Amino acid sequence: MALLEVRGLEVRFPMRQGELTALRDVSFSLDKGERLGIVGESGAGKSVAAFAILNLISRPGYISNGEIIFEGSDLAKMNARQLRSIRGNRINMIFQDPMMTLNPVLTIGTQMIECLRTHMNMSAGQAREKAIDKLRQVQIPSPEERIDQYPHELSGGMRQRVVIAIALLTDPSVIIADEPTTALDVTIQAEIMELLLALCENSDVALMLITHDLGVVSQVTQRTVVMYAGRVVEEGPTRQIIENARHPYTHGLIAALPERTNPGMRLNQIPGVMPSLAAIPPGCSFHPRCEHAMDVCRSELPDYVMDGGFRVACHWVAHREQQP
Amino acid sequence: MSGIAQQGSQPAGDLVKIRGLSKWFPLTKGFLEQLHFEGGKLVRKRESVKAINGVDLDVKRGEALCVVGESGCGKSTVARVVMGLLEPTAGSIEYDGQRIDDLSAERLMPYRRRMQMIFQNPYASLNPRLTVKQALEEPMRFHNPGIGNGELKDKVQDVMDSVGVDPSWRERFPHEFSGGQRQRVSIARALMVDPEFIVADEPISALDVSIQAQVLNLMMDAMEQRNLTYMFITHDLSVVEHFGTRVAVMYLGSLCELAPTRTLFETPRHPYTKALISAIPKLNRDRPAHIKLIGEVPTPIDLPSGCFFHNRCVYANDRCRVEKPELHSVDGGCRVACHGVQEGRVD
Repeated sequence: MALLEVRGLEVRFPMRQGELTALRDVSFSLDKGERLGIVGESGAGKSVAAFAILNLISRPGYISNGEIIFEGSDLAKMNARQLRSIRGNRINMIFQDPMMTLNPVLTIGTQMIECLRTHMNMSAGQAREKAIDKLRQVQIPSPEERIDQYPHELSGGMRQRVVIAIALLTDPSVIIADEPTTALDVTIQAEIMELLLALCENSDVALMLITHDLGVVSQVTQRTVVMYAGRVVEEGPTRQIIENARHPYTHGLIAALPERTNPGMRLNQIPGVMPSLAAIPPGCSFHPRCEHAMDVCRSELPDYVMDGGFRVACHWVAHREQQP
Repeated sequence: MSGIAQQGSQPAGDLVKIRGLSKWFPLTKGFLEQLHFEGGKLVRKRESVKAINGVDLDVKRGEALCVVGESGCGKSTVARVVMGLLEPTAGSIEYDGQRIDDLSAERLMPYRRRMQMIFQNPYASLNPRLTVKQALEEPMRFHNPGIGNGELKDKVQDVMDSVGVDPSWRERFPHEFSGGQRQRVSIARALMVDPEFIVADEPISALDVSIQAQVLNLMMDAMEQRNLTYMFITHDLSVVEHFGTRVAVMYLGSLCELAPTRTLFETPRHPYTKALISAIPKLNRDRPAHIKLIGEVPTPIDLPSGCFFHNRCVYANDRCRVEKPELHSVDGGCRVACHGVQEGRVD
């Protein structure tokens, strides 16, 4: 059985003009120790999906449908108290900007010890020891001294290491990382990704990596979910998605990367832009930008087609499968 | 369309010559705060952020010179100094044979028309209270005070067409456009006065992947059709590999390496360039396989002695700690500032 299973998740935000559906029928699962990538452009709903898992959707937004089964119980139906025993304890989250995540007026030690004492009922001494140990695990030099420093005394890369250390404190079984390296430089990004990968492999933590960077996804994850306009359009093994994407959107996204074109030549571009959630076209939401769009794409929402480890929502793919 | 690869065949020559450029930003404090006790004496100490330290760089006519480096390396400062938005602390900038960094605002004006800038964030660089038409007309009226309304209208129509924004949207405001469309409008604004040199500071970093490709294609088309010369500032090396004819790699306000794009990506020489290129997340790699650097970037307030990179470099020796390396030529048209490369210590 999967460790975390999201089934038919729907999230809505009531607006003055009516309700926006930010997520529509989103399903995916995460096994123990698995690394899953969630890819999409801004506004595709990848962060909303992560927030919904931890029931962090801020009002007036709400989960209008679906289940989030974690270790046998449904997170969407839990009360605040039950959720607290999971959130920040069994499922932890790493955010994009470490300066926003860390409290600037507390030392990193205080923040780490607070987390341990809340969730694990430890004495202050034990907690400090464990915190230092975790800082060492994320390769922070001289953690005994660093633990008493404030976030502003650390560099961006170091801060993100601290955030990762905090996420690991309670030995969680799932870490959700929302664009963890987007705010960092490439050399630091490579270090942080390598660290995250090693930590997940060594301690059997499942990682849900949310990013727009296909390069990062291909290096870190085993399976990838591609989202477009609030819906999962394709899911499959990462390597195969990169090499042989089925959905025209995924295909276009990968083909648009500069490394997929010879230097100096025109890039393969996807025409148009992703529709806003307030004006999602009928049928397949990708059809206005799709070169393979057929009549049925303009009127009917495509169902998922299973295809050798892949799951694709596309009429064109389904149509092609039926051909002899 | 063949794009940039052919641009090399144009008559060469330096459009912009940067010599010994430095820009320091003083960390101004009150007089009393500048005083320190040192060895029993009261001394006055002034600190600055040393953003650029002695950069020599030429931009050849018709090329797309990319300036890359990590945050804080001074790449944007170089762009701003070249455009005359900041005054250099030392050094000179020549544009088409004429020194421009010491010109009066009035005498600089004709040069300002010939060089235009595109900024990173199209949400911040377009005035939210001007319609697209007004935003596009403004630079044209400024540089051509006598221009007629009919001519102006044609020009706006023409430029909007060429950047792929529907001219019937000319009465709309920036907030009605998506990020990619806004960046097209920013490019249109730069193209209005028919410049020959465009400095683009991270023009696609704020955009989504599928939109990045659209904007890059647009910039490449514009280059071909209008014989533009670009100075392209970015941190995204995969874009550089695609777009640039030459690449300048910066670290802590100085140049480490200057090379034709192909050569730089195939055989990076400087240890920092090697690390930088190995860190690009590539689709065909299963795992991160990057060269690790020791430590962190030092603060530009208190620069290291010798080679600025020595405390992070595995090849550093005593000479590197004391003597600052100059750019020297190596084969393949590259110039590298590294004692190790010069002495053959770095493979």
